[in-house]
Amino acid sequence: MPPLLSVKAMTHYFGGLCAVKNYNLTIKPGQIIGLIGPNGAGKTTIFNLITGVHTPTEGTIELEGRDIVGMKTHKIASLGLGRTFQNLLLWRHMNVLDHVRIAHYSQLKYGLFGAFFGSPRRKSQEAEIEENSHRLMKLFNIDQFADQTVVNLPYGAQRRVEMARAMATRPKILFLDEPTAGMTPDELVHMVKIIRQVHEDFGVAIFLIEHRMKFVMELCEYVQTLVFGEIIAEGPPEEIQHNPDVIEAYLGKEDLT
Amino acid sequence: METITKFKSIFYGVPMAGWLLGAFTAVMLEYFLGDPISYLFDLPKIPVLFGALFVLKHPLMIPSIIGYDIVIYILPILLVAKITAPLTNALASVLEKTPLWLSTIIHLCLFYGIIDTWSGINDYRLLVVKLTMISIILTVSLNVINGYQGEFSCSHPGFMALGAYASSTITLLFFANDKIFGAALLPAAWGPWAFPFAIIAGGAVAAIGSLVVAIPSFRTRGDYLAIISLAFMFIVKSAIENMEIIGGPRGMSSQPNYASLPVVFFWTIVCIWTIHNFVTSVMGKTLNAVRDNEPAADSMTVNTRKTKMTAFMFGAFWAGVAGGLFAHVLRYVNPSTFGLQKLAEILAMVYFGGLNSIYGSIVGAVSINVLGEALRPLELFKWIVIPLILILVMIFRPYGLISFTEINMKKMLRPKNK
Repeated sequence: MPPLLSVKAMTHYFGGLCAVKNYNLTIKPGQIIGLIGPNGAGKTTIFNLITGVHTPTEGTIELEGRDIVGMKTHKIASLGLGRTFQNLLLWRHMNVLDHVRIAHYSQLKYGLFGAFFGSPRRKSQEAEIEENSHRLMKLFNIDQFADQTVVNLPYGAQRRVEMARAMATRPKILFLDEPTAGMTPDELVHMVKIIRQVHEDFGVAIFLIEHRMKFVMELCEYVQTLVFGEIIAEGPPEEIQHNPDVIEAYLGKEDLT
Repeated sequence: METITKFKSIFYGVPMAGWLLGAFTAVMLEYFLGDPISYLFDLPKIPVLFGALFVLKHPLMIPSIIGYDIVIYILPILLVAKITAPLTNALASVLEKTPLWLSTIIHLCLFYGIIDTWSGINDYRLLVVKLTMISIILTVSLNVINGYQGEFSCSHPGFMALGAYASSTITLLFFANDKIFGAALLPAAWGPWAFPFAIIAGGAVAAIGSLVVAIPSFRTRGDYLAIISLAFMFIVKSAIENMEIIGGPRGMSSQPNYASLPVVFFWTIVCIWTIHNFVTSVMGKTLNAVRDNEPAADSMTVNTRKTKMTAFMFGAFWAGVAGGLFAHVLRYVNPSTFGLQKLAEILAMVYFGGLNSIYGSIVGAVSINVLGEALRPLELFKWIVIPLILILVMIFRPYGLISFTEINMKKMLRPKNK
């Protein structure tokens, strides 16, 4: 099977600082891949590089065989890269339904004049979008908040809004940046369930950053460990869990077991 | 308090059509019986703005003004609204079954009848109504940029000037004999038919001009963009002042009298309609997304540059239209009109009425305009009272009187007897 996303020899410098060094990644359709590493290792930078927020200094990124280096973020997103953010970037004055509706932007078929004068095509498509949004909100268990402003929602629900929004862009790969940060154990179990369900229902590949080993072990079939911008170990989760380098990076050199 | 609630509850069952009918009766009553009734109350003539101007000059006449207002406006409106409620509710339920646009147009026709009759009493009222409607266009369009898109643009008077000069140039060149362009090139009878095109051309020129502000907005936001837009306003103003070919600082005059009340009303409705359509569409909602969090909007496939450009060009287009109408209502423009004073007025209307709300903008434009006219006899103190009100609104409602609310025509026009 040809890879969905392949990143080769990606290196990025912020000024003189090497943030990511010689990073390689291949995601095949339907895979769940985890990226772990201590704080400041450059995990979110890798997300930002692939999604086009920053342009890598060196290296190639191909999405379904198409070179996406230097493309605008929204263009890359509409090609099938959906993402969530570590520190919740929601639109604070908007309600949940609007969040999900707006993410359909790249699928809009009417032009500006259709929007100004309310063309029939606009009406029919917006009805479709609304229906699809309600379906997504039901899936993520946020449909009861549909017309509430997002800032009034509990934290776990806000995370789910972000995921619903990302899924509305019809991604082929979903990038999740610490999907369980700040969640209670109950919410965590629920999140595992949701991610599994999204993975099965939509058949998307998932690439996630996570700190909680248990979560990564349960979900991912392949894990990369990033330390100071370099991959120090990669492989199936069981292997990574027992890799001495990984344990060292996370827990320090002294034997603590 | 209780009596007020009780009094209000009497009128819960009155639909929009009922209130319009009541208002229509009141203005008709004034039209035919206004003079005798005003003499009855010892008033020299029909008070222009509900007597607000008159009262400030002659405080002793307050009782007669109140009496006049009650007899002419309040009593007929309340009585007719209440008495005809069963009838108008029946009408409203019939109209509810028809398409929304038809029922909206019928209500608008009735509304137009009201303002046409009301402003038919004297020229001053007519001017106030026209200028208020132009202010509505300006306010609603600035709300697209400052409210929905969340930039702080100060260039609206500049866009307005572009529109005013572009459309005036067209009408003066082709349809009027004047000092700057000489004799008319086309027969004057064609003028009213060409006027919409002149207005649209004015809007288009303003929209193109807005690119000067829209393109920097890709990279800067907030205070810096505000300064750029302010600079743009001054550039437009001084450019016009220095161009002798369009009159320089003396301005342009003797525009043909094309901006009659129905024309201004038509453009106002079209403006509100298209902007409402736009901001409630998914495409228009992206304006809010870019305002609230640009990186997030970008990652959700929203083309942020296109969105910003659309907001600026669309807002500027309507500002240009308003400018064109303004020039033809006053039949005179000069560059000093489009300065800081105008900017302050428009900004006050937007922020007073409420951000992110067309409804709020209409309320803001109407109230600041009417207040400004009503307090005219206070002269200098007017500019103490109005800003004071603005400060109070900002303290108690930081986003303006009515913010983050959209017009819901269906809800507004539905029968109220259920």
